[in-house]
Amino acid sequence: MSTEADKDTKDEATEIPNLVVSASPHIRDGVTTRQIMRDVAISLIPAGIASIYFFGYQALLVIVTCILGSMLTEAATRKILKRPHTLADGSAFVTGLLLAYCLPPSCPYWIGIVGAASSIVLGKELYGGLGYNPFNPALVGRAILLAAWPTQMTTWIMPRAQWFGRLDGVTGATPLTALKLHGQTTPLLDLFLGRVGGSLGETSALALLVGAAYLLWRGIIDWRIPTSFTLSVFLLSATLGVDPFFAILSGGVILGAFFMATDYVTSPITPKGKLIFGLGCGAITVLIRSFGGYPEGVCYAILLMNCATSLIERYTQPKGYGIVPARRRPS
Amino acid sequence: MPILKTFKGGVHPAEYKYLTDQAPIRIAKVPSQVIIPLQQHTGAPCEPLVAKGDKVRAGQKIGDAKAFVSSPIHASISGTVSKVAKHPHPLGQELPAIFIDSDREDNWMEGIGPVRDYSTRSPQELRGIVREAGIVGLGGAAFPTHVKLTPPADKKIDLVLLNGAECEPYLTSDHRIMVERPAEVAEGLRLIMRILGVSRALVGIERNKPDAIAALQREFSAEPFIEVVEMEVKYPQGSEKQLIKVLAGREVPSGGLPFDVGAVVQNVGTALAIYEAIALGKPLIERVITLSGDGIAHPSNLLVRIGTPLRDLIGECGGIVGDLRKVVVGGPMMGLAQYSLSIPVVKGISGVLMLSRDNVEIVEEGPCIRCGRCLAVCPMRLSPSLMADAVKARDIASAEACHLLDCMECGSCAFVCPAKRHMVQWIKYGKNEIAAKRQKK
Repeated sequence: MSTEADKDTKDEATEIPNLVVSASPHIRDGVTTRQIMRDVAISLIPAGIASIYFFGYQALLVIVTCILGSMLTEAATRKILKRPHTLADGSAFVTGLLLAYCLPPSCPYWIGIVGAASSIVLGKELYGGLGYNPFNPALVGRAILLAAWPTQMTTWIMPRAQWFGRLDGVTGATPLTALKLHGQTTPLLDLFLGRVGGSLGETSALALLVGAAYLLWRGIIDWRIPTSFTLSVFLLSATLGVDPFFAILSGGVILGAFFMATDYVTSPITPKGKLIFGLGCGAITVLIRSFGGYPEGVCYAILLMNCATSLIERYTQPKGYGIVPARRRPS
Repeated sequence: MPILKTFKGGVHPAEYKYLTDQAPIRIAKVPSQVIIPLQQHTGAPCEPLVAKGDKVRAGQKIGDAKAFVSSPIHASISGTVSKVAKHPHPLGQELPAIFIDSDREDNWMEGIGPVRDYSTRSPQELRGIVREAGIVGLGGAAFPTHVKLTPPADKKIDLVLLNGAECEPYLTSDHRIMVERPAEVAEGLRLIMRILGVSRALVGIERNKPDAIAALQREFSAEPFIEVVEMEVKYPQGSEKQLIKVLAGREVPSGGLPFDVGAVVQNVGTALAIYEAIALGKPLIERVITLSGDGIAHPSNLLVRIGTPLRDLIGECGGIVGDLRKVVVGGPMMGLAQYSLSIPVVKGISGVLMLSRDNVEIVEEGPCIRCGRCLAVCPMRLSPSLMADAVKARDIASAEACHLLDCMECGSCAFVCPAKRHMVQWIKYGKNEIAAKRQKK
């Protein structure tokens, strides 16, 4: 066989310079991480409006400080660690927003900033940034705040106390605290609409469900985690003698089930794993509420299940096309 | 509306088939030079049977190999062998090829053309004709067809599936073949069934080709054991394993072949080539390709000689328009990007895409946010992100445990990935690593 050099391909007049040579596929659909984060932020708008309606400008202040704190912390951390900036992916914005939603509306502004900084640094950046964190960053921030400043974190104001002016005079209990400490129940309609005390983003089930419907419609979240989460809270509460509707509508179940437990990074990626994850979150929530020292357990339930995510994934891998499991072989 | 047959997973990329799906197949000009690579198929490369200076006629065998899994090559024009040398190949490297300079007479080998009587030929003889004609799977995989028509003695084959899915965006060559030459395609299918001794066949066509469905339904109207099945439009429905699942409800075992579930799948273009080889004595020296994309003036379906350089086809389609940035051989989901327009058309190429700057994005890979979209769309029901992670960490053992080798690189995972991860690139790399590791052992 001849091996003479093939010259005529080099000086070909029709050769195109700068052809891009890359691996397939050569087309992609338009969805980006940034768009997903934007959709999550949009879905949280109704709950934000509800919180401002019920708790006044102080709610807005908490939201703004948390978002700014979260974004500034991320920018500063990435600069110190000499990593590329990632504010554009929108995840710091969403983390700040979610953190704000699980803080009391009356908390001092520095609580929001300290919480946001903890969320970003301890919850995300120290693990390597978006995609590598094992725990939901917003909940890490909340857990740290609750441990460090329990008084500020459990002082609640009643909705519509006052639009402006001093708020600290009108404190009260959340529905769950009222039930746990005083055996008082709250009307379900008040819970559904959000006319109750509580963290600013979790009080109005209606507003949260509007946002959740948007996320489901856009295909951003999967139905499995919210369904198994709320279902297990419902059934287990009923079994333990708590009004199951009260159990779902009070506290952070809706916010947790649709917006926190569904966090992509920290929940199982497999369909079966999502169901198990939601069941676990619901079960731990009810156990903490019924038998633990705290009136509410959503935050810790999700953080605990975050620990189990990779284990759940390992045992729920999809059965591939044409793959016969070894144990089914005839013995 | 009836629920159409389909498989689990898959994606719906924009089709762009309207660019060429109504364009009749045009016969491309016979090129002044063809470059015929010795390897155009899965299996052993051919040895050249001609040398520099030899005169050849169109249809003359110019390369062959002794190995069973191989396929001979033929001169696609008449002329003189000018050299046997390495040349850029669509697979991305330089591979040996036979160069033939045209004598501008287009002399074909004697006996090619008139329809001959093949009714008394035995399956063994027919299989031999298919092999000698150099027929390989024309859907893209280029697996030697005679091998697929030779099931091992212990495998009982009861079903032939004719693949008219053509699920890759842009491509319309199979569509046009079904619309324009349904009788020959149908006869090709009957020949495949005769060779295999199978009485039942299903023809799978996606519903975006109603004219093709109607044309083949007409051909088989008197044959109750051959059924044309309308399928949902979804990529990668034309993948062999997915088609078997959709049409027959069977799953080819991991690492196995369609033979293992009693099925043989052939592409409609291959059926046409089989008909032409057996009835007309014509070896595989030309094929229909779709030349499309926003980088070409007149997207077309062309009947081209094997070995025609891509640059010759551009002139056939009105030339390049806009800022051409990417040339892809095959479809946009699985095709191979090329660096040169001097590469020749080989047997497995069903289309060439010319994409301008507007359709070429160079994206940075972001971190995986574990959204699970890749799992949801994987037609093999694997975990693409886990496999890519394992390969990226150079943990080849874990990647293998995730069934990396079952991945067919359809690209659905990368198509939907919001982080724009280069999933297929990592998976391909991992497969190479596994192959290298096995070779060392």
